[in-house]
Amino acid sequence: MRRHETWFPLGPWRVPYNFSHDRKKTGENSPRLRDLSNSVTSTPSSATGEFRLAIFRTTRSLQTVLDLMASAVMNMTSSALDWLVVAFDAPFARAVVFGVHVDGHFVVEVLLVAVILFQLFQKSYKPPKRPLTEKEIDELCEEWVPEPLIPPLTKGMDYEPPVLESAAGPHTMLNGKEVVNFASANYLGLVGHEKLIESCTSALEKYGVGSCGPRGFYGTIDSHLDCEARIAKFLGTPDSILYSYGISTIFSAIPAFCKKGDLIIADEGVHWGVQNGLHLSRSTVLYFKHNDMESLQNTLEKVTRQNQRAKKVRRYIVVEAVYQNSGQIAPLDVIIKLKEKYRFRVVLDESNSFGVLGNSGRGLCEYYGVPVEKIDIITAAMGHALATDGGFCTGSIRVVDHQRLSSSGYVFSASLPPYLASAAITAIDMLEENPNLLSKLKENLAILWKGFSDVPGLSIASNPHSPIVFVHLKKSTGSFESDLKLLEEITSRVLKEDSVLLVTSKKSFLDKCRLPAGIRMFVSAAHSESDLLKASEALKRVAASVMSDFI
Amino acid sequence: MINIPYLTALTTLFSYGLLFAFGQLRDLFRKFLEWFSSNKLQGYAPICLGLEDFYTRRLYLRIQDCFGRPIASAPDAWIDVVERYSNDYNKTLKRTTNTTRCLNLGSYNYLGFAAADEYCTPRVIESLNKFSPSTCSARVDGGTTVLHEELEDLVARFVGKPAAVVFGMGYVTNSAILPALIGKGALIVSDSLNHNSIVNGARGSGATVRVFQHNTPSHLEEVLREQIATGQPRTRRPWKKIIVVVEGIYSMEGELCKLPEIIAVCKKYKAYTYLDEAHSIGAVGKTGRGVCELLGVDPADVDIMMGTFTKSFGSCGGYIAGSKELVKYLKYACPAHLYATSMSPPAVQQVISAIKVILGEDGSNRGAQKLARIRENSNFFRSELQKMGFEVLGDNDSPVMPIMLYNPAKIPAFSRECLNQKVAVVTVAFPATPLLLARARICISASHTKEDLIKGLEVISKVGELVGIKYFPVEPEKQQLEGREKLE
Ligand SMILES: Cc1ncc(COP(=O)(O)O)c(C=O)c1O
Ligand SMILES: Cc1ncc(COP(=O)(O)O)c(C=O)c1O
Repeated sequence: MRRHETWFPLGPWRVPYNFSHDRKKTGENSPRLRDLSNSVTSTPSSATGEFRLAIFRTTRSLQTVLDLMASAVMNMTSSALDWLVVAFDAPFARAVVFGVHVDGHFVVEVLLVAVILFQLFQKSYKPPKRPLTEKEIDELCEEWVPEPLIPPLTKGMDYEPPVLESAAGPHTMLNGKEVVNFASANYLGLVGHEKLIESCTSALEKYGVGSCGPRGFYGTIDSHLDCEARIAKFLGTPDSILYSYGISTIFSAIPAFCKKGDLIIADEGVHWGVQNGLHLSRSTVLYFKHNDMESLQNTLEKVTRQNQRAKKVRRYIVVEAVYQNSGQIAPLDVIIKLKEKYRFRVVLDESNSFGVLGNSGRGLCEYYGVPVEKIDIITAAMGHALATDGGFCTGSIRVVDHQRLSSSGYVFSASLPPYLASAAITAIDMLEENPNLLSKLKENLAILWKGFSDVPGLSIASNPHSPIVFVHLKKSTGSFESDLKLLEEITSRVLKEDSVLLVTSKKSFLDKCRLPAGIRMFVSAAHSESDLLKASEALKRVAASVMSDFI
Repeated sequence: MINIPYLTALTTLFSYGLLFAFGQLRDLFRKFLEWFSSNKLQGYAPICLGLEDFYTRRLYLRIQDCFGRPIASAPDAWIDVVERYSNDYNKTLKRTTNTTRCLNLGSYNYLGFAAADEYCTPRVIESLNKFSPSTCSARVDGGTTVLHEELEDLVARFVGKPAAVVFGMGYVTNSAILPALIGKGALIVSDSLNHNSIVNGARGSGATVRVFQHNTPSHLEEVLREQIATGQPRTRRPWKKIIVVVEGIYSMEGELCKLPEIIAVCKKYKAYTYLDEAHSIGAVGKTGRGVCELLGVDPADVDIMMGTFTKSFGSCGGYIAGSKELVKYLKYACPAHLYATSMSPPAVQQVISAIKVILGEDGSNRGAQKLARIRENSNFFRSELQKMGFEVLGDNDSPVMPIMLYNPAKIPAFSRECLNQKVAVVTVAFPATPLLLARARICISASHTKEDLIKGLEVISKVGELVGIKYFPVEPEKQQLEGREKLE
């Protein structure tokens, strides 16, 4: 005699029942399971006494009703099963296969197991539902109250940026007053340079302003091709590709090469453009501690060891050369060693290092003496050192050509206005012809650093060679917002009292970067020594007065 | 809905099948060759996966001379197309210094502001001298100039909204605004043919995305009802909010959005509307104010109005117009405002000047003339094409008119033959359109003269005859030859 537990949840109970060979064999015409209602409601052993009996009596009537219902279902099921057993018994005639009796029961059980397996492998089990009636849907639609389109505005959202009345050079006009400008990433001081303006003027006269079409559809102007060739020649790469906006470069380039299933290890301090690219790629993204090579190595080690499949997917390390969010410089020599050891490709964003780092401004590779071929994908915005707009990506022919059809920001957007491409060519020419722009920038950085030796409550977080001097609080006040507020108080007083335009690192709620707030000073080769001294003096004085409560 | 003739569908599928088979065969041989040469990958996965760029290698490269043709002039009514040649069966194309002067039926130069303009260009150059090409800074830092403020006020006034904010690129406008407006727990209902920038923005936002049938208000209603009734997947919580995203003119279809109906549905179901007017702002409407004006919709009924300056205004960048609160919030939250380099000041000036011309604030009636001309030109060209028997998509008044080609072989044939006869047209194929629905796309400009249009029509008619794309021939016998049976 075999005992089976049923899989059928019957109402509120899970009821055990028996299949009995014996009973069937004894020739009962309609083999029934033991009467369930009896087994459940039969009185407990008399030893428990009168009291318990009384309780059972009172609940009995309720139970009987339920039991009747349950047993009705049970009976139906079991009679169906029995019918099946009988039906299958005949043809198999109790055959023995591999020592297993194949009888009706066996067949039914196999069938049931098959059904269960089938059910298990179904995606999900949806109880049959009655569709809502039109009226119900109408009511639901009527009742639904959407949130307002935007959350209620708070006071913190009320920020009015400075409005410039002249070019954003080292000195600019705000409200009719000349101020020293540390807010523009005009590293080489090319803003307002007459050569740049000359080349733009002739391009504007020849080509008009916009290109009125994406690159594929007559939006390719010869100056775009010239500019791509010029950038490639300058960097020593086979080819390059222009994008019409700086921030779209990286967030289109990453999804062109990384898809679902691919693996990306990125620095946690990357700026929003990179974050957006990582998100759009739908790849598996792991972050390592900001600019911490040990953390990078651990992450690489962990994913390669744990995940054998990782060897088969495309793997990338995504870093910024100079981090916009901290002014740190990525140690490329170590990254290259790790990349080669673990066989990862490197995506490098050179937005703040192209035209700045290295003896001739060729960027991070030159700075570390690493051959540029070692980096698979380099992107950069041209709205910084080159003082124009747009961005580019460079690498092997394969990398560049692939983007021409697969990079959405390139394919689906009007091309860069040709005058900005001409400006980029001229800017690179100027950089090559005047290496003293770079030495001037280095000098200026050194001057600013010297002036900063003892600012109360503030310290420099950036690398001494970074053109972004990132100043943050020695001791955080507790949150990003309160830090930012404090720093903003400093910058607004510096602007008012000393006419020096400094900016804080404001952050969108979409930005996942967790690095502390700071004041970003974009140093330019065009700043004079007195500009730099003025800035550091002003910051020192105002910080001392604002921070006195905090130190 | 486009109806492909049965025979055409069959031949198109056959052609793609053939191309695919030969492509696979070549890939196979390539694999053998690679076997014998040393493996260059050294433990890296290939950077472009096999099938990912199969289309590029085996189909696109064969006809890549039809795309990305460089030009050496402003994208005006006539352009200088740079001649290219290939020594390796079209795998790479080399530029020459020769150019051919061609009639331009491809650029989005709807109002003719692409070329030097007597009112705009001097002002642009003046702004260039004053502000330099770039501010090298984000809008919130040091990237806002008086020009940016002026443009924002002007755009708001032009489109009929209380406030506006501008960005340096139309694509980024869509892809960075949507994440700032909407996130997890909310729903984006998007037209099935929306532009890639909207798709990317929706994907970047983390909101759930549902698609409704292209330009079908009844299906939109169905989707909205179902979504509001069922709520969020799994948790069944009600949606936080719903934004319906549509375009004013669909650039690959030439169709106008059925805005009044869509607005009515959205109002009924309390969904917010997001209207991308990239191709319609400046190009349609009596005074150039886009589809709202053309179709008689009050701009106040559209919650978020987006548009770009790359088309009608001949510049670059994009805008969002809406309530004062919305714009204030976006200026606080949108990453493109906080991190991206601000729009180039001369380009800002170009838009300001162009809008002033359109509004007649330059002291002439050139704007009104341009608007009248683009409407006349478009309607003339469209009706002539239809008379010739081409299958032309889109609505009247729309300056965009796709001509169906279908067969892959007809793409290069049409494009190259037109270029030989000095007419530059755009052909579009997969992935920008569904595989079977390859087409040529004509964009009409106000700068085209009547003679230009007649020349264009003559060439297109001749080439169309040659290539066999007059799918609706005037003679009835021919139609029977093609087979009347239609495929959905
Ligand atoms: C990976 C790969 N496949 C295929 C090709 C082209 O192959 P075929 O010469 O057979 O057209 C190339 C050409 O560079 C290639 O790099
Ligand atoms: C509907 C739509 N939205 C946005 C864009 C992107 O605009 P932009 O070319 O300025 O990046 C386009 C451009 O083709 C478009 O057609």
